[in-house]
Amino acid sequence: MSVISAGMPETVAPATRKAIAPSKGGRPWTFYALATVFTLYVLALYGPMICIYILSFQDIRGGLVFPMKGHSLHWFVDLFTQVRTGDVKGAFDRSIKLAILVTIITVVISFLAGLGFRRRFRGDAIVFYMMIGSLVAPGLVLGLGTGLLFQTLGLNASWHTSALGAQLSWTLPFGVLVMFAVMSRYNRAWDEAAYDLGASRWQTIWLVIVPVLAPGIVAVALFGFTLSYDEFARSLQTAGSLNTLPLEIWSMTLNVTSPSLYALGTVTTIISFIVIGASLGTIVVLQKKRGGGTKG
Amino acid sequence: MTIERGDIELAGVCKSFDGVTNVVDGVNLRIADGAYCCFIGPSGCGKTTILRMIAGHEDPTAGEIVIGGQNVVGLAPVQRRTAMMFQSYALFPHLTVRENIAFALRVRGMSKTDRLRAADAMIEKVRLTQFADRLPAQLSGGQQQRVALARAAITEPRVLLLDEPLSALDEQLRVQMRQELRRMQQELGITFIHVTHTQLEAIALADLVVVMELGKIKQAGPAREVYAHPHDRYVAEFMGGQNVLTGRVEKVNGASFVLAQGVTDGIEVPLPPRPTVSIGDQIDIAVRRDDVILVRPGQALPAGCKSPLPGRVLAIEYQGYFVKVMLDATPDDDFVAYVPEKIFFADPFIVGDAVLATWATDRARPLA
Repeated sequence: MSVISAGMPETVAPATRKAIAPSKGGRPWTFYALATVFTLYVLALYGPMICIYILSFQDIRGGLVFPMKGHSLHWFVDLFTQVRTGDVKGAFDRSIKLAILVTIITVVISFLAGLGFRRRFRGDAIVFYMMIGSLVAPGLVLGLGTGLLFQTLGLNASWHTSALGAQLSWTLPFGVLVMFAVMSRYNRAWDEAAYDLGASRWQTIWLVIVPVLAPGIVAVALFGFTLSYDEFARSLQTAGSLNTLPLEIWSMTLNVTSPSLYALGTVTTIISFIVIGASLGTIVVLQKKRGGGTKG
Repeated sequence: MTIERGDIELAGVCKSFDGVTNVVDGVNLRIADGAYCCFIGPSGCGKTTILRMIAGHEDPTAGEIVIGGQNVVGLAPVQRRTAMMFQSYALFPHLTVRENIAFALRVRGMSKTDRLRAADAMIEKVRLTQFADRLPAQLSGGQQQRVALARAAITEPRVLLLDEPLSALDEQLRVQMRQELRRMQQELGITFIHVTHTQLEAIALADLVVVMELGKIKQAGPAREVYAHPHDRYVAEFMGGQNVLTGRVEKVNGASFVLAQGVTDGIEVPLPPRPTVSIGDQIDIAVRRDDVILVRPGQALPAGCKSPLPGRVLAIEYQGYFVKVMLDATPDDDFVAYVPEKIFFADPFIVGDAVLATWATDRARPLA
C-alpha cells in the first residue's frame, strides 16, 4: 500500500472502507443478526402447529403432552368413529358447504364491486367505507348482534342463514379490497379497445375482463374460502344448533382430552393445504396457458 | 346506411367535460378521403379529445361529425367504420398476437377457422408471422405497434385513428415505424388521423397538418404551408424553424412596410397579398432560421439584404449538416440562425463574437 501511495496522491476514498460490507464476498454481521431473528420468527410461527401434528400420530397410550408415546393412526380412526368426540364429520361437511357458498357469493359481489368502482361516482367514498367498516367491528359482537337480530325477527339461526350472513360481513370487505388491488392494474384502454373492435358489454366482460383478472379472482376465492372455513367469532352465536368445524374443535377442547383433538388439527390443516394447492395450481395453469403459445 | 368513404367533416364541434370550459371549442375541419392528417399541439390542447370523438369514444357536446357523408354522432365505432390505435396499444395481455388480431372477427361471431385464417393473412401483411403465437408482453415496442395496427385494420375501417402511436418507441424505431405507418396508409388506401406532439413527425407524415391550441384550430394546411408559412406567432413558434420579431409599423410604401425594432434602423418587410397593415400597428414578423445570414461587422452585406440586426453570439450547437447559432439580437425573443456546416466552418464564430444578422428582404413575412 505504501509503495503505491508513494507514487499516487491520496485519491482513494477512505470512507468506503467504513461501510458495512467487508471485502472478498463475506457476509456482513448484519446478515447473521437478521438471519437469527428470521429463524426465531419461523420457529415461533410453525413450532406450535408442528407439535400438534407430531402428537396426533401417537398410539393408544398417547397423551396431550410430550413425550411422544408410540406412533400409529389410532387417533384419526378414533376421531371419525367415537361418538364422544362429537359430530366431526357432520361439522366438517357443513363447514365445507358453507365455505363454498361464501366463496361464490364473495367472488361474484367483489367482482361486481370492482367493476363498479373503476369509475368515480357520487358518494363512492361513503359506499366504500360502509363496505370496509364491518372489518373493524369485533367479530364476537357482530355475531352476537346477528343472532339477536334473527331472534327478534323470529327467524331460526342456522349455519346457512345467519352464519352465512355473519361470515359474509367478514369475507366481503376482504374480497372487495383484494379485487380493488387487482383492478388497479386493469387498463381501461382494454375496454375501449374491445368496444372499438365491436364487442358488446357482455363480450367485453367474458372475453377480456374476466380472463385478464382470472388470477386475481382465484385469489379472492381463496381468501373467501379460507376465511370462512376458519371463521369462529362470527359463527359462534349465529350457527344455531348445528356446529361448524371451528366451533366443533372449540367444544372438543372443552370436553375431549385425547390426541383425537390433535388428529383433527392435522386433518383440517391437510384440507387447507389441498385448497391452497388447488388454487395456486389453477393460477399456474392459467398463466401457463397464456405463456404456452411461446413454443408453438 | 353503410359508410363507404373516409372523408370527414367536423362542423362546430365542441366538447366540455365539466359544462364550464370547452376542451374542444367550435372546431370546423374537412379531411379528404384517403388523406393522412396529423393533429399537433401541446398536451391539453384538445387534439386527443377530437380523435376520440371521431372514433366514437366521446360524444361531442355540440356540433356534427360527418364521415362519408353521414352524421355519425351517437354511432358505435364499428358502425362508423373507424378503428382506433391506442396510445399504449391496449393489446389484450391474455391473448396471443393471432387471437388479438382475430378479436374483432370473434365478437362478430365468425367461426374459429375463418377468423384465424383472416388473422394470419393480416399477420403476414404486417410481417409478424413468426410471432403469431406470442403474447404481447413477449414482443418489442415496434412489434406491439404492428399488432395494434393489424388488429385495427382487420375490421376494414375507412378511417384509422392513431393516438400518439410513436410516443412509446425510442428515437430510431420511431423514424422506422413512421415510414411503416405511411406505407400501411398507402397500402390500405384509407384515411389516417394521427395525433402527435412532435413537429417533425407531423410534417414528415401528413398531407394535412392541423395545429391546435386551447381547443381551437390555429392553422390547418399542407405540411409545407404550415411549416414555411405559419399563420401567426403561435404556429411559427410551435412548428419551430422561425425567428419571430415584434415591432411597430413605421412606414407603408407600395410593396413593403418598415418595422421599427428598437435595435436597428427598421426592418423592411414585403406586404402580404391583401394588406391589412397600417402605420402604428404592433405586428409580428417571421424570418426562417435557415434564411438568416451572419456577417462580421464591417463586412459587406450580401446582395438583396438590408437592415442587419446587430448582436452577439450567445451559444453555438453543432447539429451535423448545420450549426445552430443563438444570438441576442432581439431583446425579448430568441434569435437563432441555422448556418450550413461548410459556411460556418469557413470562418467559425465563437461565443461572444459580435455579428450582424441579415436576410434577403423578401424572406421576411408578416404574421397575423
